[in-house]
Amino acid sequence: MSMVVLKPGMLSTFQDLGRFGQQHLGVSVAGAMDQRAHQLANVLVGNDPALATLEITLTGPTLRFTKPCCLALCGADLSATLNGQPLVLNRPIVVRAKDELSFGGRQHGTRAYLAVHGGFALTPVLGSTSTYLRSAMGGWHGRALRRDDEIPLLQPLKNEGLEDLAMDLWSLKIYLPAALAEPRQAFVRLIKGQQWDEFTPESCAALLTEPYRVSPDSERMGYRLQGAPLLMTTPRQMISEGTTFGTIQVPAGGQPIVLMADRQTTGGYPKMAYVASVDLPRLAQMGPGDMVSFRAISLEQAQALGVARTQAFATLADALQPVRNLLLNH
Amino acid sequence: MIAPTFTLRHLGDHCLSLDFGDAILAETGLICLAATEKIREARLPGVTDVVPSYTSVAVHYHAEPQTGLPNFQSLSESLTALIRAGLAPATHAQRTVDIPVCYGGEHGPDLSDVAKATGLTEQQVIQMHCAPGSMVFMLGFAPGHPYIGIHDPLFALPRRDVPRTVVPAGSVAIANRQSTIYPTRLPGGWHILGATPLKLFDLARPQPTLLLPGDHIRFVPISSAEFDQLAAQQNQVQA
Repeated sequence: MSMVVLKPGMLSTFQDLGRFGQQHLGVSVAGAMDQRAHQLANVLVGNDPALATLEITLTGPTLRFTKPCCLALCGADLSATLNGQPLVLNRPIVVRAKDELSFGGRQHGTRAYLAVHGGFALTPVLGSTSTYLRSAMGGWHGRALRRDDEIPLLQPLKNEGLEDLAMDLWSLKIYLPAALAEPRQAFVRLIKGQQWDEFTPESCAALLTEPYRVSPDSERMGYRLQGAPLLMTTPRQMISEGTTFGTIQVPAGGQPIVLMADRQTTGGYPKMAYVASVDLPRLAQMGPGDMVSFRAISLEQAQALGVARTQAFATLADALQPVRNLLLNH
Repeated sequence: MIAPTFTLRHLGDHCLSLDFGDAILAETGLICLAATEKIREARLPGVTDVVPSYTSVAVHYHAEPQTGLPNFQSLSESLTALIRAGLAPATHAQRTVDIPVCYGGEHGPDLSDVAKATGLTEQQVIQMHCAPGSMVFMLGFAPGHPYIGIHDPLFALPRRDVPRTVVPAGSVAIANRQSTIYPTRLPGGWHILGATPLKLFDLARPQPTLLLPGDHIRFVPISSAEFDQLAAQQNQVQA
């Protein structure tokens, strides 16, 4: 009753909502880069959103299931196939014993999230199953998947009645609320920080009008952006303080870095702005070479957008009661 | 009870900061720790992490509609009320932790440079580094990685021009009147005075970090032979 790794892919790690409550000890939060896709995958297979999903980066793995289970794949379109047939994203799918899930070219996005009904058997470390590679902590033995790994599944399905279940799940109509669909706007919204006004007017204008390129060394810790330099009117040393997912910090040199899931817990660079949480998934789906533009919104607007997304998840979870019933009664 | 003045600002839409000063001072650090303790004990809905630093406390929070939805406004009000009600002096600050350090030699490649830069002898640098009054202000950068201060103004050295790509675990280093101890092999630009055989972070311990914000630190010089002996003991405990 497990998932066997035939090929590991470029970087496949288990991630959950993050390792909270440990930042005062210097332990990074980690967690899914695209929290929207992570939660969506879980909800679609009747899971609690806190369960770990497999975060799959650009070049996907090849996985074989030794028992039937119900899975959902969300986020990036990396041309997933099940036994060679295209796999539909954003739906609960029944897989049979010996089925193989594999991936092809990148259609759009950077990170796909694989959830299985009931979850993977992982041991929490400091309250979370997220993998934090720099400290070899959490997930599957603190590391990315390797060939021949066998990850046990907690709730495989029975063979009996499996075809009926597959048909019943397939015939369900599933509508994603607009707030949960792939974000369509071409920009990422930010909230100006207290130090915004310490940057030159040209820098402030540039960040809100010029496109920035995601550099090749962007990864789970931070996205380095390349573009018009952002300069302080009077450069000064900052005292280290707590950092957040989405902090836009600007080292001397003026090329901004957006702190992402594996960020360090504290930092001492000037902080110009913060990406609105609701748009972090959009940024997390960008890859090296992609261009990003920013628009400013108020803190109140950002929090209202966050509430709208939380409510949309609640609505979707209600609408998916039939999925949970089918899986429960199987 | 103390009732410090402070200001509040957002660090994005899921974190806010309480600022108690703008200079690295022991008094300010202790106020941050007292505020951290008070906020943590209040168990406010939605608050996930309370992270003290030199002059501020970051409060990370989730919006939780089912439990009354803290937003920046409501959380600011709750926190303001908490701090205004007064803070008890930080209790963590009562702990004193001895850190054995083998100074100089292979463990402290920058000791002689620091002596030159400060106009002291190596022995005087060690004495000054071991002087009482050091405290852990915060942990950050890596699991269990402490920021310890605040040292004599003579130790106000900027970081090295070229950071080392690898600093061995246990290295004790100074810069800008502060000390740190590298919990694991990490890149670093501070001046390495010596090394401790103690493990700064170990998931096998119930409290994985050796140090906590607020701890008083006593650096205790040890010989190279004592270092090896203590290191062997640490590994035995591990096994």
